[in-house]
Amino acid sequence: MGILEVKGVNKRFGGLQALGDVNLSVEENTVHAIIGPNGAGKSTLLNCFVGKLIPDSGSVMFDGQSVLGRKPYEINQMGISRVFQTPEIFTDLTVLENVMIPCFAKRDGAFRMHAIEHVGSEAAIREQAEQMLDDVSMLDKRHMDASSLSRGDKRRLEMAMCLVQDPKLLLLDEPTAGMARADTNNTIDLLKEIKDKRDITMAIIEHDMHVVFSMAERITVLAQGTPLVEDTPDNIKGHPKVREAYLGEAQV
Amino acid sequence: MLGLNKKDFSLLLFVAFLAIAAPFLLNPFPASSSLSFLNAGYPALMQLFAIFAIVLIGFNILFGLTGYLSFGHAAFIGIGSYTAMWMYKLLNFNVIIAIPMAMLVTGIFALLIGWISLRRTGIYFSILTLAFAEMAYRLSYSVLTPITGGETNLSPDPVNDPMVLKSEGGLTVPHLFGFDLNAKTTWEVGSWSFTFEAGYYLCALILIISFYIAIRIFRSPFGMMLRAIKSNNQRMSYTGLNTKPYMLAAFVISGVYAGLAGGLLVAMDAQAGAERMFWTESGTIVIMAILGGVGTLLGPILGAGAIKYMEKILSSISESQLHTWLGILPDWLEDAMVYILANFFVGHAWHLTLGLVFMLVVIFVPGGLVELGQRIGNRFRRKKPDTAPSGETTPAE
Ligand SMILES: Nc1ncnc2c1ncn2[C@@H]1O[C@H](COP(=O)(O)OP(=O)(O)O)[C@@H](O)[C@H]1O
Ligand SMILES: [Mg+2]
Repeated sequence: MGILEVKGVNKRFGGLQALGDVNLSVEENTVHAIIGPNGAGKSTLLNCFVGKLIPDSGSVMFDGQSVLGRKPYEINQMGISRVFQTPEIFTDLTVLENVMIPCFAKRDGAFRMHAIEHVGSEAAIREQAEQMLDDVSMLDKRHMDASSLSRGDKRRLEMAMCLVQDPKLLLLDEPTAGMARADTNNTIDLLKEIKDKRDITMAIIEHDMHVVFSMAERITVLAQGTPLVEDTPDNIKGHPKVREAYLGEAQV
Repeated sequence: MLGLNKKDFSLLLFVAFLAIAAPFLLNPFPASSSLSFLNAGYPALMQLFAIFAIVLIGFNILFGLTGYLSFGHAAFIGIGSYTAMWMYKLLNFNVIIAIPMAMLVTGIFALLIGWISLRRTGIYFSILTLAFAEMAYRLSYSVLTPITGGETNLSPDPVNDPMVLKSEGGLTVPHLFGFDLNAKTTWEVGSWSFTFEAGYYLCALILIISFYIAIRIFRSPFGMMLRAIKSNNQRMSYTGLNTKPYMLAAFVISGVYAGLAGGLLVAMDAQAGAERMFWTESGTIVIMAILGGVGTLLGPILGAGAIKYMEKILSSISESQLHTWLGILPDWLEDAMVYILANFFVGHAWHLTLGLVFMLVVIFVPGGLVELGQRIGNRFRRKKPDTAPSGETTPAE
C-alpha cells in the first residue's frame, strides 16, 4: 500500500477526457515523478489530490483515508502540502511571517481565535520558522518583504513554507517551469538537500527531463490522460512507448 | 507595556492624550475672536469625533487587514442605536446595560449578515453588505416602524414605556449608575472657555480601550492571518487554514465596534433614527478610512476626525460669516469670493470641498493622512543622519 493510492480516476471537461482511468501508487519515502507532454493531464491529476477538482469517478486515498470531497485546507491538515507552478506566497508579509503562518496552521489547526496574544510572544513558532529559513539559507532575508525576493528565492520560500509543516506528502507542480538553467539546478539541489535531510515523500510533476532523471526514484508517464508506463528512471529512459509519447520533443 | 512594544505603546499614549486633552486642543481660538467659529472643542462634536473614531477602528480591522470592503457598515450603527434605545424603554436609562446590549445584538446581526455576505468576495461582497444595509434602512421606515419609530424617530417615553428597572423617580436621561452623562463643568481661562462633559469622557475612555484592543488584534496571530488572507487567499487554504471563520470573526468584531458606536450615540443623545443607516453614511465610513490611511492604526481615527470636522464646521459657515472674514477685500472681489465659496465650498456645498480633498489625497498621497504625516516628518528628519530602520516584523502604524 502506498501512502497515496489513486484508483480508476476519470475526469472530463465537457467533451474532453482529461483523465481516463488513472491508477497510481506513491510509496512512502520515495520521489515519484509524473511526466508527460503538455496537456497530458498532469496538473488536473494533481488538482484531484488537493481538493481543487473532484474526479467524476474513481478514488484517491491518502494515508488510508479518502480525500475526495474534502476542502483544500482539510487535505493539507491531513498532511499534504503543495508547491505551485508559479510560487504562491504571502507577498505583503515578511519572509519570516510567511513561514510562521504554516507553523500556526500545523500547531493550531484550521482555525483558532488567538486575537489577543502578541505574535512576538510565540517564541516556539518563531524559532521553528527561523530554523526552517536557515535550512534553506534564507535566514538573513527574514525581515524582507516577500514581494521583494528574487524569483528563485520566492520558490525557495514556498518550499520552506511547505516543508516547515513536515508534510507526509509534498506535491510539486513543475517547480522549475520557466526557470533559467542556473535556477533549475539550484532548485534540484534544494530538493535533493531536502530529500537527504529528512524522510519525505514527494510527488513531482515535471516537464524538464533533466530534473526528473536527476532525482526521481519512480516515474509515471502520462499521455492523453492515461498512464502509459510506471518504472524506474533507467527503464523509462529507453522505453519505446515513452519515446513515442514525447515524439518531436527534443529533451528525450 | 500592556503587552505592546514601545512603538505601539507610544501610539496608544498619543491617542489617549488626544482624547483626554481634546477640549483644549480643539479650542485654540478665544471665544471672542472671529475665528472661534473654527473651534471644535464642544462636547457634542467631540463626542462625534470619538464615536466615529470607534466605528473606523472597527471598520479598519475588516477593510484594513483583510481588504474586504463592507459598504453597509452604517446599518450596524443603526442596529446598535435602536438596541440601546429599547434598553432605555424596556429597562432603564443606565448605559451600563444599553451599551453592552447594543454590542451583543449588533454582533448577532453581524454574524448573520457576514455569514451570508462572505459567500462572495470582492465587489460582490461589497454589494451584498450594501443590500443588507439598504434593506435595514427601508424596513425601518415600513414594516419595522413599531420597532424603529419610522419617520418620527425613536425616543423614550417616560410615561408609557415599561422601564421595569427604573427606580421611583430615577433619572430619565442616559446615566451611568445614576451619574448624569450630561454633567458639565466649564473653565474660563482668560477669554477662552473649555467645557468638560461626563458624556464625552465616557466616549473618550471607550475610544482608548477600543484602540488598545485594535492594536492587540493587529499584532496578534489572528491579525497576521487576516493580512495573509488579504495577501493570498489561495495560499491560505493550501496551508491548512480555513479562511471562512477568520473572515467571519473579523466581520463580527468590526460590526460590534459599529454597534458600540451606535450605542454610544444613543448614550449621548437619547434618540435614534433610520437616517443613520442610509447608504451615504456607509459611504462616508469608507471615505474616512481611505482619507486617513487604510490598514494603518492611526489613519482611520484621523480620517473620522477630519471628515466630521469638515461636515460640522464647513457646513455651518454662512454667507454673512464669509462677508465678515473677507471684509478687507475690495467690494467686487469680496462679493465674488463669497459667492464662489458659499455656493461651492462651504455651507450646503461642503461636500464639494470634501470631494476635492479626497481626490487630492487619493491621487497624491494614496496612503492617506498618515502617509502625508510621515512624508512631512521625513522632510524634517532628513537633516539628521538616517536612523536605521527597525528590524521589527510589524506593519506600519
Ligand atoms: N478547468 C478546465 N476546464 C477545461 N479544460 C481543462 C481544464 N483544466 C485543464 N483542462 C484541459 O485538460 C487537459 C489537461 O490539462 P492539464 O492537466 O493542465 O495538462 P498538463 O498539466 O499535463 O499540461 C488539457 O487539454 C486542458 O486544456
Ligand atoms: Mg500543468
